[in-house]
Amino acid sequence: MFWDFEWTFQILPDLMRGLAVTVQATLLGYLIALVLGLAIAMVRRVPVVGTAVHAVMEFVRTTPLLVQLVFVFALAPSTVSALTVGIAVLGVHYSAYTAEVYRSGIEGVARGQWEAARALSLPASRTWGAVVLPQAIRKVIPALGNYLIAMFKDTPLLLAITVVELLAMARQVGSADFRVVEAFTVVGFLFLLVSIPSAIIIRRLERRYAAV
Amino acid sequence: MPPSDASALINFDQVVKRFGDLTVLDHLDFSVAPGERVTLIGPSGSGKTTILRLLMTLEKVTEGLIEVDGEPFSHMPRGGRMVPANEAYLRPRRKRIGMVFQQFNLFPNMTVRKNLTEAPVHVLGLSRGEANARAEELLDLVGLSDKVDAHPTQLSGGQQQRVAIARALAMRPEILLLDEVTSALDPELVAGVLDVLRTVAETTDITMLCVTHEMGFARDVSHRVLMFDKGRIAEEGTPDEIFGDPREDRTKEFLRSVLDNGH
Ligand SMILES: Nc1ncnc2c1ncn2[C@@H]1O[C@H](COP(=O)(O)OP(=O)(O)OP(=O)(O)O)[C@@H](O)[C@H]1O
Ligand SMILES: [Mg+2]
Repeated sequence: MFWDFEWTFQILPDLMRGLAVTVQATLLGYLIALVLGLAIAMVRRVPVVGTAVHAVMEFVRTTPLLVQLVFVFALAPSTVSALTVGIAVLGVHYSAYTAEVYRSGIEGVARGQWEAARALSLPASRTWGAVVLPQAIRKVIPALGNYLIAMFKDTPLLLAITVVELLAMARQVGSADFRVVEAFTVVGFLFLLVSIPSAIIIRRLERRYAAV
Repeated sequence: MPPSDASALINFDQVVKRFGDLTVLDHLDFSVAPGERVTLIGPSGSGKTTILRLLMTLEKVTEGLIEVDGEPFSHMPRGGRMVPANEAYLRPRRKRIGMVFQQFNLFPNMTVRKNLTEAPVHVLGLSRGEANARAEELLDLVGLSDKVDAHPTQLSGGQQQRVAIARALAMRPEILLLDEVTSALDPELVAGVLDVLRTVAETTDITMLCVTHEMGFARDVSHRVLMFDKGRIAEEGTPDEIFGDPREDRTKEFLRSVLDNGH
């Protein structure tokens, strides 16, 4: 038989568990990328320090994620779980991208906004928090969302450091029973199940914020 | 160096401003008395905006010194020398100065109310209630009480500029800087904004530095007019002297060009 349905249903719970881990890892990594990227974008405006941070981020952005994962996992103490390393590396790697997104958003805020804030003597915390960032972030929500989808596509790379996630699961189960086609097809299907709704949500947000 | 006028609120002492090779203000000396309303006129590029931006600390002086209320402002004393003022030095002093911009520069992500209460709450330390009361009072002054919950994008240019004037006044500044505040407006909206400023001039003792091409308005509200050319004062006098009987050819020529442009 070309397709074994019985076997497919048998592995589905394991695959679903793997999917849950993947989604979890991605969301946590994304959270790191959102926060760290913003901090980097802000620090980049500080003279000397900003240039140094930029150089580091340029390096992070131009080396492959897989290499970074393997490298950090090899260096990390064994007490740190593979999943934690995976989430941290994913987050830091993508923060190099989100930082650029935030930066373009910040640069898109009119100079007059900074000047008005200064003319009112607003402290830096309010200038950033109440004036610049709300305007900057609103404009880059779609671009930030695209990186969430990109991260979902990259999470199978966590396999490389034996994170028990979706694709890793599929390979284990699939090769033992020689049902590789079923396992990978279901995995592909499950990935679509996650990334299509997230793409739709992002499209919605995009339209909503573009309208304002 | 000549001793600065002790009674002056604002004093420019040999102020030079350069952008690269371009000298915009050339050893400029002038002072403004407390409560005085001064209009700055002059051809494009003569340095009018730059003067206001130096006072608002949006630019730094290249040479010379600006004093406010008899105290160094562009610089501060440190170790027996004058060094460029840092943020800690400027913070309490800049609060006394407000500015209204040609392009309004309202915060589009905030309601009118928030635009007016943000700085009073977070800079002056007013309570929300106090700041709201002040905002409502000022919106009444500029005739926009019904727009308190609107967003700037829902307002006409003239309304936005009136909100911007209210926002600057909410800080209770001693000095108000106005840079061509009606230049970006459709002609039919200019009068409403000028009326608000006339009221402010009549009912307060705020010191005003005003760059404008509205000669009628300048004549009505200002005590003194400074005609700038190439970063220097070409002529100064009362509005009657400058507009009625200018001495300098440059002033005559400039006034003629402004009139020809339909102002
Ligand atoms: N940030 C800057 N960098 C370089 N040059 C500048 C800068 N700001 C102003 N300038 C130049 O300085 C000169 C004076 O500018 P300023 O804006 O003070 O003139 P102005 O009298 O206000 O003119 P206008 O009537 O056109 O507004 C102009 O030649 C202008 O191009
Ligand atoms: Mg100007």
